[in-house]
Amino acid sequence: MVKKAEVINLNFSYTDKKVLNSVSLPIYENRITALIGPSGCGKTTLLRCFNRMHDLYGSVKYDGQINLFPDQLNILSKEIDPIEVRMKIGMVFQKPNPFPKSIYENIAYGLRVRGVKKKSFIDEKIEDSLKKAGLWKEVEDRLHTSATALSGGQQQRLCIARALATEPDILLLDEPTSALDPISTAHIEELVTELKNAVTIVMVTHNLHQAARTADFTSFMYLGKMIEFGESSQIFTNPKEQKTENYITGRFG
Amino acid sequence: MSTEPIRHRNFKAQAERLKRQDAFFWFIGLLTLGFALITLLSLIVDMAMTGWPRITQTFFLSFPSRLPERAGIFSAWVGSLCVVLVTSLVAIPLGIASGIYLEEYAKKNIWTKVIELNILNLAGIPSITYGLMALGFFVYKMHLGQSILTAGMTLGLLVLPIIIVTTREAIRTIPSHIREASYSLGATKWQTIRNHILPYSSGGIMTGVVIALSRAIGETAPLITVGALTFIAFLPSSVMDPYTVLPIQMFNWVSRPQEEFHVNAAAAGLVLLTMTLFLNGTAIYIRYLFRKKYKW
Ligand SMILES: Nc1ncnc2c1ncn2[C@@H]1O[C@H](COP(=O)(O)OP(=O)(O)OP(=O)(O)O)[C@@H](O)[C@H]1O
Ligand SMILES: [Mg+2]
Repeated sequence: MVKKAEVINLNFSYTDKKVLNSVSLPIYENRITALIGPSGCGKTTLLRCFNRMHDLYGSVKYDGQINLFPDQLNILSKEIDPIEVRMKIGMVFQKPNPFPKSIYENIAYGLRVRGVKKKSFIDEKIEDSLKKAGLWKEVEDRLHTSATALSGGQQQRLCIARALATEPDILLLDEPTSALDPISTAHIEELVTELKNAVTIVMVTHNLHQAARTADFTSFMYLGKMIEFGESSQIFTNPKEQKTENYITGRFG
Repeated sequence: MSTEPIRHRNFKAQAERLKRQDAFFWFIGLLTLGFALITLLSLIVDMAMTGWPRITQTFFLSFPSRLPERAGIFSAWVGSLCVVLVTSLVAIPLGIASGIYLEEYAKKNIWTKVIELNILNLAGIPSITYGLMALGFFVYKMHLGQSILTAGMTLGLLVLPIIIVTTREAIRTIPSHIREASYSLGATKWQTIRNHILPYSSGGIMTGVVIALSRAIGETAPLITVGALTFIAFLPSSVMDPYTVLPIQMFNWVSRPQEEFHVNAAAAGLVLLTMTLFLNGTAIYIRYLFRKKYKW
């Protein structure tokens, strides 16, 4: 197993509130890593460090490293432009957030941002990523209609396709199924499992079954600390820490 | 407060009381609205009845004259258009750019706060103050004279805060998750502004611009201070020419003793009112179009 990235001693605070406390964990290439833990423990905050989303807002402070392999690039380093990081690391948000433009333009955007102009290439890429996201059949004859007219589940798959079109090294998913019905959820879980051949995935989820089913690795966070990291099979059947056991057996959180 | 459990309260009586309150405020609201509307309507109707007979083609194509029946608003409406054109050229790019800068680029520090507060205050300053400032700066210091350029820039300053404030408000209605979507795909700030922020807020921005221009068209006081003339019997050939505008022409006619000039004033007022209403209608329509176009 090859490491794709490694978080080392990451500390993070919003204005005056420390949210991540010396978090460390490895992210393995072409594997799915799930982040679980009670609400407010800092999962989203950690995820958004990977693509420097926090840099959009003032009044946050962070230190530590997230090293990206193979070039061992510390993407949290101030010398590295967040744009460069986001070119390599894609994100799908908890709430589907398509642009109020056509389905086509939504997916083409990431390519246009990268300077791609060739229409045939864009067309091909759109079809390819919509197929990967399992949405192609539903939208192939309405690519030029508004993306906001899609259902929630379709919008979420569109957002996945939009992220995939840019061929990221790592794909971040923040509770991608929390707003979806069981069928769409199953659809996306299946999709995520298939995707790992092409991309490394870090996924926040509240659904422990989902983590157990889809993730190769799971890390349990509690109050801004990384309590336990391990293979999902181990975390869910034989956790080493008492806190992890309490959480997965539903005794708190 | 009583300590009895909530389920024992008499909801029916409470609902009745709330309904009566509702009806009362509905009535008061309707009354005040009706009062305002009736006052406005009677003023408009009065002006329309007085002015209507003078609304003819010759009225639009005649210069002012000592004879009321010969006098028209040719130089006035052309002047108004020219001045508003200069105002647009000054205020629209400057206002939109400032709004974008303040909202997207400026660091949120004490200086930005001070500037923001100042802009808000500027929007509320009596317009004559702008006239005095413009007289000192544009006329005496920059020697731009009593020209269309001076007038346009004066009104430009006057409506700049309106454009800045509406631009910022339009930008602020774009949810942060849309912005984040753009950045997460690797877009730069300018790409995000160019491709998302500006198109999605353009409805709000254009509405603000139209409202600002309709305000500029009706302004009189600052133009009197920077020397708009009341008797112009030619059309301007450059922005450095003297000028008059509709409200000033109107003001001039109202202050004449002869009754016939008052009829002219009413007719000019009707034209001005129609222009303003038209602009405001356009603003509402633009907003409607864009509301329909961008939903999230
Ligand atoms: N923009 C912010 N400003 C200040 N505090 C914040 C901000 N965002 C999150 N927090 C705080 O940081 C802590 C961690 O939040 P975070 O969103 O990372 O939790 P989470 O684990 O993703 O929770 P959930 O499972 O409910 O999504 C919370 O206590 C939250 O109140
Ligand atoms: Mg979260």
